[in-house]
This record gives sequence, structure tokens and C-alpha cells, in this order.
Amino acid sequence: MANVLEVKDLNVTFSLHDGDVSAVRDLSFVLGQGETLAVVGESGSGKSQAFLAIMGLLARNGRATGKAVLGGTDLLALSPTELDRHRGLDIAMIFQDPMTSLNPSLKIGRQLAEVLVRHRGQSDSAAWRHATEMLDRVGIPEAARRADSYPHELSGGMRQRVMIAMALLCEPKVLIADEPTTALDVTVQAQMLELFKTLTDDFGAALVLITHDLGVVAGLADRMMVMYAGRAVESGSVDDLFYAPNHPYTFGLLHSTPHVEDSGQRLRPILGLPPSLEHLPTGCAFHPRCAFVMPECRTARPELTHRGGGRHAACFYEGELKEKEAAE
Amino acid sequence: MFNYATRRVLSALPIAIIAVTVCFFILRLAPGGPFDGERALPPLVLQNLRAHYNLDQPIWIQYFNYVWRMIQGDFGPSMVMEGFEVSELLAIGLPFTLMLGMTAFIVATIIGVIAGIIAAVNQNKWPDYVLVLAVMLGVIVPNFLMGALLQLLFGVYLRWLPAGGWSGGNWLQLVLPVTVLAWPHAARISRLMRGSMIETLGSNFIRTAMSKGIGERLMLTRHALKPALIPVVSYLGPGLSYLLTGSLVVESIFGLPGIGKYFIQAALNRDYGLVLGTTVFYVMLILVLNLLVDLVYAWLDPRVRFR
Ligand SMILES: Nc1ncnc2c1ncn2[C@@H]1O[C@H](COP(=O)(O)OP(=O)(O)OP(=O)(O)O)[C@@H](O)[C@H]1O
Ligand SMILES: [Mg+2]
Repeated sequence: MANVLEVKDLNVTFSLHDGDVSAVRDLSFVLGQGETLAVVGESGSGKSQAFLAIMGLLARNGRATGKAVLGGTDLLALSPTELDRHRGLDIAMIFQDPMTSLNPSLKIGRQLAEVLVRHRGQSDSAAWRHATEMLDRVGIPEAARRADSYPHELSGGMRQRVMIAMALLCEPKVLIADEPTTALDVTVQAQMLELFKTLTDDFGAALVLITHDLGVVAGLADRMMVMYAGRAVESGSVDDLFYAPNHPYTFGLLHSTPHVEDSGQRLRPILGLPPSLEHLPTGCAFHPRCAFVMPECRTARPELTHRGGGRHAACFYEGELKEKEAAE
Repeated sequence: MFNYATRRVLSALPIAIIAVTVCFFILRLAPGGPFDGERALPPLVLQNLRAHYNLDQPIWIQYFNYVWRMIQGDFGPSMVMEGFEVSELLAIGLPFTLMLGMTAFIVATIIGVIAGIIAAVNQNKWPDYVLVLAVMLGVIVPNFLMGALLQLLFGVYLRWLPAGGWSGGNWLQLVLPVTVLAWPHAARISRLMRGSMIETLGSNFIRTAMSKGIGERLMLTRHALKPALIPVVSYLGPGLSYLLTGSLVVESIFGLPGIGKYFIQAALNRDYGLVLGTTVFYVMLILVLNLLVDLVYAWLDPRVRFR
């Protein structure tokens, strides 16, 4: 399988008044054609910033180093104008909050059409027509009328469909969806995931799905990458990670999530809070919360190593992770 | 949109009535009267004068008479400039005052908006600091001082521009008065614009716009400008009244033939008819312009329009 996106040693740093903070550290991963990669991790683990960096959308005080190669081009080495030739065309992003991610003062059709005018050189009217077709395709009823309305006239679910339609207009190779369902209510969430599945299949786009929701991961993703305090701590196929996680943090995430099937089981939240980026613990950043902590975890940081079968994990503990042990 | 406009017009009517009433009574409460000169007039003369201008009637009758005639467009006679109707004086002075005020208003708004955008895009770089200085000067230096300083510098020492006067058509004579009038307005507008533009640029929908690769220029003009203008437009109404009242002072500094000359004289002399007429006219003008501003507002923000 060819890789559409290769990210190598991505670091994201923000400069603040009292020094710098690193939000993403040494992140490397590849994304295969048509593949769905789930990125999971607690709030503040750097999921959004990593992909905003790739899209060139960091806040003013943010800097990104490393490589993000898309179809032979390193996006991080491009000037903003050069990057604009790829954003919206080869790579597109959908954001967490559909209520605020559309421009309140522009008609929906206009916000979609401008993408086609920009990247496909279409006339305004042709672009508007194609935009309407795309709205129809993502399941928006009365698409022509919707194209002519303003965002505040649409519900949250409809707006997220609009965002999806907008991202897919140019049939990008990579679609990044940053918690696309978090702000929606549960029934709409399910519809939205169904839509993602059919659309990414139809368009052959690789999907990066940033999410908190392991249920979404199980239903949609091929592979997953777990992030903790700015680093990838484990990655591999969803099946492998769900059934036999190698990193105690992944293990903890799985056991803190309710499953419908085994409702008798007790939930075990991961104790403690995510560390602040300014004061990371020495050694492994997860060690203060880890149920399997060993002496060396406090002083040395485990590298991400290959564990066979395309899996990687960053942990000194190589034995099987079991709930009983975790309970000690 | 039409409904919205009708509603706004109707809601302006009570405001107009209240404004006229307040002006009328405040003016009468102020000590002194139109016929208090250096030397007191003989009681009989004074009595005749007061009777002539109906000032001897009960005040509420005067009030209703005034309002009734005003509705018909008659602001009564001037009490000090003998032989002149207030509406005549308004007709002589107002066109110039309006021309001056609107020129300054438009120039200031355009400059303020552009300067604010430049400062926002270059946040904490030198253009931003230059603007801070210009804004400070505009806001803290009062117009009569600024007028005198500019007259002295450009009119007397450098001799680049005429220091005052109006010979009907020499537009250079307007440069300094317009500058004095426009400066504080432009200063406030630019601060507002800077702030709201910075806020808009940090919003999610701007990030979406950039993610589509449309480029910074389209992002600014098509996506950021309209939403960022909203707070600025809501200031335009109050800003305009501020500017128009400032124009009364500026006209007398630069010796310009607007309503300002009469108004200041009239206020000092307690020329009830003229002061009231001018004030009422200004109130109406400001109401109408505020209405226009509100319509622009509704155009900028579709959420207002549909409410
Ligand atoms: N402009 C900024 N300046 C300083 N720090 C920032 C800035 N933007 C983000 N950060 C920090 O970067 C870290 C990673 O943030 P990020 O948005 O990637 O988290 P996340 O994993 O997406 O979390 P969530 O699940 O809540 O969306 C956070 O600790 C955040 O405080
Ligand atoms: Mg996030």
C-alpha cells in the first residue's frame, strides 16, 4: 500500500512570555492510501496541534519543525502561498466545532464554491452548482435552498455535513477530521460516522480521525495512534491495540471506556491528571500515573520501538498487561 | 429587511419626542435669558419683548406651541439676531456644517478602518506602535488645541495650507479643519477595528478559511472584514454625534461659515429659538444617521436581519 502522507520528527513549539512549551514531540507516522488512522489521547496531548501544524494553521506563537511529506512535497518546507496550493486540494481538514467553524456572514454555497474557484478555476456559477451537488451528496435535504442560507439557519448536524462537503469538494488524498462528532448529539453522531465511512470509501481518501471516543475508533479505523503529553506512545492496528495493548496508557484508556457488551465489568479510570507541558515528569511522562511503573521509568524515557506486526510502543515493560496487576 | 427598517423607524419617533422635550426644558432651566445684556433693559421694554416672543405665557403652553410649529417645519424667530427666522439661519449655515462634518466622518472612518486592519495584521510590530501614538494624540489633545497647533504649524510657519477662512471652493482651506475633526474619530475607529480584527482573525471560521487555501488576501477581504466591522459600525452612530458637535467648535476656530458660529453665539446669548432649533435639528439628524448605521449593521450580520 502506497503512503500518501509521511510525517517525520514533527515538533510543535509555542513561545510564551516565560519560555517555550512543546506541544508535540518527535512525532513520526505514515498514512496509507485510503486508510483510516485514529489518533486518540487525553485532552492536551497534542492531537490537534500536530495536525494543525501539518496544515500550516498553528497560532501565531507556534512553530513546527520536521517533515510532512504529501505526494512528494514537504508541506512544512513550503511558504504560505505555496502551501495554499495544497490546502483544500490535496489535504483538507474538518474541525471540532461546526457551530463556529463556518463564517456567519457568508452564505453556505459561497463558502463551498470558493474552494472550487480557487483550486479548480471554476466560474462562480459552475462552482455554486457543484457545491450544491456536494451538499446533496452528504445528505443535506433541499441542497439548493441550503446553499442559499446562512450558517445560523442550520442545525449543528447539518453544519457538520456542510463542513464535510466543503472538505471533500476537491477529492483530497488526505482528510483530517478533528473530533468531528464531539459537539453533536448521539443520534446525529451515528449518522455522521456512517457518512464518513461511505464518503471516504467513495472518494478513496485517507482519513485521520482525531477522537476521544474509542467506540468511534472501533467502528471506523484501521489503525490507531495513541498520544500522551505530545508524543506517540503506541501505534498499530485497531484490533491489535484493542485486544492486546502494549502500553499501559492504551490499556488504561481501554479500561476506562464502557463497552456495551460487558456491562458487568467495572470501569477503571486512569488515576491522576495529564501532566502540564511546562513541568513534564522525568523519564517516561506517564510514570506517575502508571500501574506498571518500574524503577527505570522514573529516570529514562522509553523510545518508541517496533513490537512486531507493524506495532510500536514506547514502554520498558514488555510483559502482558493484565487487569489484576493493574489493580495492585 | 424591510420589516426591520420599519420597526427601527417607528422606534425612533418616541426618542425624538423625548429629546425635544428634554432640550426645551433644560434650556429654560439654565439661568439668564435672551434679553439680559450688559445693561438691564427698562422693565417695560423687557415686558414687551417677552410678550412679543410669547415668553410670558405658561411654559407648557410655550412647549406645545413650539412642538406644534416644529412639526410644521417652523422653528420660530431668532431672539437675538433680529429679523431672522431660525430656519433661515439653519438654511444658511447647515449645508456647510453638514458638508464639513460628513467629509470628516467619511475620511475618518475609512482611514480608521484601514489603519486598524494594518495594525491588527502587524500586531506588535512597528505599524502597530505608530498607530498607538497617533491614536493617543487624537484622543487626548482637545480639538481647540489641536486646531490651534495645526494652524500655527502648517498655516503660519510652514505656510503649506491656509490657516482658516472659507472663500467658497478652495478645498485646501478644508484640509486642516477636516483633519482636526477627523483625527479623534479615526483614532477611536482604528482602535476598535484593530481589536475586533484581532479577535476575528483568531476565530474558528478564519482557520477554516485558511484551511481551504484561499490565501491571506481573500481571507481578510471576504471572510474577516465583514464580521470585524460589526463592532465598528455600532460605534459609528455615537461617533458621528461626537464628531458633529465637535464641528461647532472647529468652525469657530477656523472661521468657517457653518451653523457653529451662530450656535455658539446663540448659546452664550440664550437665544432660545436658535439653540433649540439647532439642537433639535441635530437630534433628528443623528437619529436618521443612526438608523442608517443600524441598517448597515443588519446587512453585515445576517443574524440581526432575521430576528
Ligand atoms: N497558542 C498556544 N500557545 C501555547 N500553548 C498552546 C497553544 N495552542 C495549544 N497549546 C497547547 O498545546 C497543547 C496541545 O493542545 P492540543 O490542542 O493539540 O490538544 P488536544 O490533544 O487536541 O486536546 P483536545 O482533546 O482537548 O482537543 C495543550 O496543552 C495546549 O495548551
Ligand atoms: Mg483538539
